[in-house]
Amino acid sequence: MAGQTIVEKIFSEHAGKLVYSNENIIAAVDVVMATDGSGPLTIDLYNKMAGKRVFNPEKVVMVLDHYVPCPNDKVAALHDSMRAFAQSGQCQLLELGEGICHQLLPEKGYVKPGNLIVGGDSHSTTYGAFNAIGTGIGSSDLAATMISGKLWFRVPETIKIIIIGQFHKYVTAKDLALYIVGKLGANGAIYKAIEFAGSAVGQLTMDDRMTLCNMMVETGAKCAVMPGDDVTQAYFKSSVGFVASDDDAIFSDSITINLDNLQPMLALPHQVDNVSTVELHEELSVHMGILGTCTNGRLSDLRLALEIMGDAPLAPGFELLVVPASRQIYIEALRQGLIEKFILKGAIVLPPSCGPCCGSSPGIPSSGENIVSTANRNFIGRMGNVNSNIYLGSPATVAACAITGKMTCPGR
Amino acid sequence: MLYRGKGHIFGDNINTDYIISSRRKRDTLNELELSKYLMEDIDPKFAARISPGDFIVAGNNFGCGSAMEIAALVVRGAGIPVILAKSFSRTFYRNGINTGILLVVCDTSKIKPDDMIEVNATDASTQVIVNNSIYAQTLPLPETIRTIIRCGGLVAYMCKYGDFTGVF
Repeated sequence: MAGQTIVEKIFSEHAGKLVYSNENIIAAVDVVMATDGSGPLTIDLYNKMAGKRVFNPEKVVMVLDHYVPCPNDKVAALHDSMRAFAQSGQCQLLELGEGICHQLLPEKGYVKPGNLIVGGDSHSTTYGAFNAIGTGIGSSDLAATMISGKLWFRVPETIKIIIIGQFHKYVTAKDLALYIVGKLGANGAIYKAIEFAGSAVGQLTMDDRMTLCNMMVETGAKCAVMPGDDVTQAYFKSSVGFVASDDDAIFSDSITINLDNLQPMLALPHQVDNVSTVELHEELSVHMGILGTCTNGRLSDLRLALEIMGDAPLAPGFELLVVPASRQIYIEALRQGLIEKFILKGAIVLPPSCGPCCGSSPGIPSSGENIVSTANRNFIGRMGNVNSNIYLGSPATVAACAITGKMTCPGR
Repeated sequence: MLYRGKGHIFGDNINTDYIISSRRKRDTLNELELSKYLMEDIDPKFAARISPGDFIVAGNNFGCGSAMEIAALVVRGAGIPVILAKSFSRTFYRNGINTGILLVVCDTSKIKPDDMIEVNATDASTQVIVNNSIYAQTLPLPETIRTIIRCGGLVAYMCKYGDFTGVF
């Protein structure tokens, strides 16, 4: 038998037979997730499909995270439809203020190595950090999967990304993610999987791995997976088995990236693959900063931002929005005094949620403003104003800009 | 299935936020209502310009970004039955199939505005005819996808079969 990649192995396990890239298969899924962006339509379609009961209510999770707090009566009705579905015993519900789906699924123990998880949100690729497959699907697929517990897939070819070297100080996994998106382009991994490998993987924290796997959907990838190692083992506390590629697995492409050469990176307006270095854009006026989202709203991100800001207050007129990715992170940040520091600097702390990332929750920029954000997308109008410009960068870069009011290399 | 329509040309990486902005989804999820705002952030007059039955012709990676099915539904709501593109984002591709839009992957670079396009999708192949001459011919889709398309989308498929096992 030919060797397999991690993704081929996980799909084989869930299809109940050996499968290889480019095969169309039916596979059982471990968890189905929907948000308030995709859940209401999913419930509607579930009813249209004459759904009677979900395959396993313990494995269907709905998360209210995009519209927090609820902005109007129409969304309130959508939220209520999800609550009613949960009350009828069809799913687990994570309420407003609990946090972002991609932070909560791992936090609440839904994600295990070797899992196949489908989510009603493109950034479901995040679960790859845990040596699992996470992939985004739409509401019809969600509804059908909720009924059958299975879905059709094409087993993707895998691009191997080998990471070597060491991060310079204040260069982060986000900079690496942006670099990869720039290198592959917005469709460089379309229909494919990405598997990370190389000597530098061991120095990536679980937070780093989540950031990286999260952003890989911006290359068009179906999923992005990390190998399992001591770092993964430590996260799960109890002993878990991992899925590893065979030595003779076939990859469609292999790319090596040396972290020694990596600098703080930016995605310039209005495409995520429009990537440049922060250094080339210093002196650009920046009016607003977003620190949060499923890409970079974790405790380590908040801590890094404060380390960069030191004792400095926000630059005059600079608006910094801080959005912890989950309630657990929020509480921990409070306990450690991080939230107080942000507030004393003049930042606005928003409830755990997707926040202003896609304009669904408050935090809409003004016309003509330049925003530096730790989010994952910078499309025109993404944050709710077509006349604003979104630059994507690391938490360190956002923090550096917040105290100068200009595009600034962290640690400068 | 035979479709005939006029193409509206778009470039690469048309993302789901451009297809329908998130701020519009706060007010309604009705695809007909939302179709008035199709592509508004990149072409505010587009929705007013199209007629039901028109096609979208795009470059690479059409529908990248969000996995939300509403983007495909809004295209359907505007009465657009066919999208031709050099490639589709995989989430939009699935959502298109599931909502009954015919997605054709081919080199679209030689199709011009106002060209009359004919698409003939059979179990054997999908043929694209532009201005009365054969423009592209693609391999048949996998049986799974053909079965869903034949049903008219995933809702109708699930009503008929109720599962994925034992169907193909």
